Amino acid sequence: MAILSQIIIPGFLLGGIFALVSVGLSLQYGTARVLNIAHGEFIMIGAFITFWLLGSVNLNPLVSLVVSTPVVFVLGWLLHSTLFRRLMDTSPTLDVFEGKSMLASFGLLYVVQNIARMIWGSEPHNIQFMNNSVTSAQIPLNRLVALGVVIVIGVIFYFFLARTRLGKAIRASAQDPTTAGLMGVNIHRVLAICFGLGLAMAGIAGTLISTLLSIDTAMGLQDTVIAMIVVVLGGLGSITGAMIGGVVLGLVSALVTYYQPSWTNIAYYVIFVVLLLSRPKGIMGKA
Amino acid sequence: MKTAITKNKAGGDAAVLTGKNLASLALVLVIFVVVGLVPTMTQGYPVTLLSYILRYVILAVAWVLFSGPTGYMSLASAAFYGLGFYMAAVFSGRMPFPVIVLVAGVVGFIVALGVGGLTLRLKGVYFAIFTFALVLLVQNVVLEAERLITHTRGRFVETTSLSTAYYAMFIVAVLTIGVCVLIRRSRYGLALQSIGEYEEAAAHSGINVVRTKMLTFATSAVFMGMAGAIVATQRAYIDPYIAFDLNQSFLPVVMAMFGGMGLLVGPVIGAAVFTEIQEQLQTRFPNLFLLIVGMVLIVAITFMPNGILGVAQRAWRWLRGGRRAPA
Repeated sequence: MAILSQIIIPGFLLGGIFALVSVGLSLQYGTARVLNIAHGEFIMIGAFITFWLLGSVNLNPLVSLVVSTPVVFVLGWLLHSTLFRRLMDTSPTLDVFEGKSMLASFGLLYVVQNIARMIWGSEPHNIQFMNNSVTSAQIPLNRLVALGVVIVIGVIFYFFLARTRLGKAIRASAQDPTTAGLMGVNIHRVLAICFGLGLAMAGIAGTLISTLLSIDTAMGLQDTVIAMIVVVLGGLGSITGAMIGGVVLGLVSALVTYYQPSWTNIAYYVIFVVLLLSRPKGIMGKA
Repeated sequence: MKTAITKNKAGGDAAVLTGKNLASLALVLVIFVVVGLVPTMTQGYPVTLLSYILRYVILAVAWVLFSGPTGYMSLASAAFYGLGFYMAAVFSGRMPFPVIVLVAGVVGFIVALGVGGLTLRLKGVYFAIFTFALVLLVQNVVLEAERLITHTRGRFVETTSLSTAYYAMFIVAVLTIGVCVLIRRSRYGLALQSIGEYEEAAAHSGINVVRTKMLTFATSAVFMGMAGAIVATQRAYIDPYIAFDLNQSFLPVVMAMFGGMGLLVGPVIGAAVFTEIQEQLQTRFPNLFLLIVGMVLIVAITFMPNGILGVAQRAWRWLRGGRRAPA
């Protein structure tokens, strides 16, 4: 029973968060081809919007999703339609664009993180929200809620991609932007929406994380690294892969933490390195 | 004499010493001599600033040595640089300073050879992600090793005087630039270039792609390791967070792009200008410093696709009247 209650259940709960942190990054890279190193910074923004709304108007963290998600979406949309669109138009090849957009997002990391520090300072904050445990298995309620939100978001997003007209346009642009453009898809608009959606997921993840863990303005990079590991684990650009990869990493994390907590970080990177070398296209990637 | 040789070998690459080339060679020599003699003329801040600049010249040029022609975007600089830090700490006091620097270079070479052998078959963004993670992996392993084996956090390094460090940095910088020039002008450089353009075609035309990539990657790591060992002696105390700092992976890339990668002088200019900007911002706006650095970075990437060099070239062409039809 110890294995079930101390490894598998916490692993799944953590995996859900990891998945949500990563799906956005996967979407950004899979469609807009931006390996967004500043991804974690938008998770931080989402978390701090929640924290700020709770402090100023005492808004329930779950309700603040309604605010944090659109704000971060608009930020992403603006970023893509100004910065990354310009980079895309001026880069001769896709490889050049990927390199440049990655460096630009590194600059973005500095900008976002420092603006956030000027507003919210650099000390850590805690939000007390539904952290009483339910059932006899000692599962905190907030983790269950977070996992529930992750699953709902995943299902909605899947149907959005698979069934709607815009979803079809997104999938087409991910496969072949030029041809999609010739078929009448407004590529720049679709990519900007994708980038915005990717960041919106980061915002959602941030709001959920703020209810679980302590947050500070320097938390972004750690989340970006986790997202990168998960995304490579699942296959760059694959949404399902990111979901599965998140759960796998969550289980591994719980397993290692159970035996030797200080090795968790090393375990992440070892898995990452081994996986990149043995199967660089990821679990769900097309070889 | 020299002009005669040039005429005989017209079109040859290595021996071309026309008046213009001779002038630029002389200019480079003068700059080298002046930079080398700075500690004899002044002390204090100018020397410190120049040693910072030289450090980033080494890192940026060493990065360009491999990543420029091949297009493999390496973010592992901080791993080799940090390894240099730790070599300096481990051998501090047990060996003379120059030997430590050499050891750091050799260790960098060996580790990079191993890393390169494993990873250089990864393409494009995967290689970038891998090298990005490598820095963090090494950082965490060293952190854990210190916790378990030595039960410490960080180490002390025996310091050397600023002028010793400066001369060491200067020599390594000249070496880095020299090796980079030699490689660029050799068949080896051409091989690297063709790998960057079309790897399969390069392999088919008889280039040992794997060996060429590995050796160049390892060579660039030599200089990063050496730079790390020298910088460590100026810090007295180091820990894994200082040594394996991701910024040291990104900054050389940023500087190389900021300067322009078309010519070797680009990364040098980029390193000098960017370091100076950083220093100025850090003293004037300590709170806004990183925010502005981020903005400079974004603006530079967006509006100067070929860096300072590209802007200068465009300005020169405009001044000269370029290829316009005669009026």
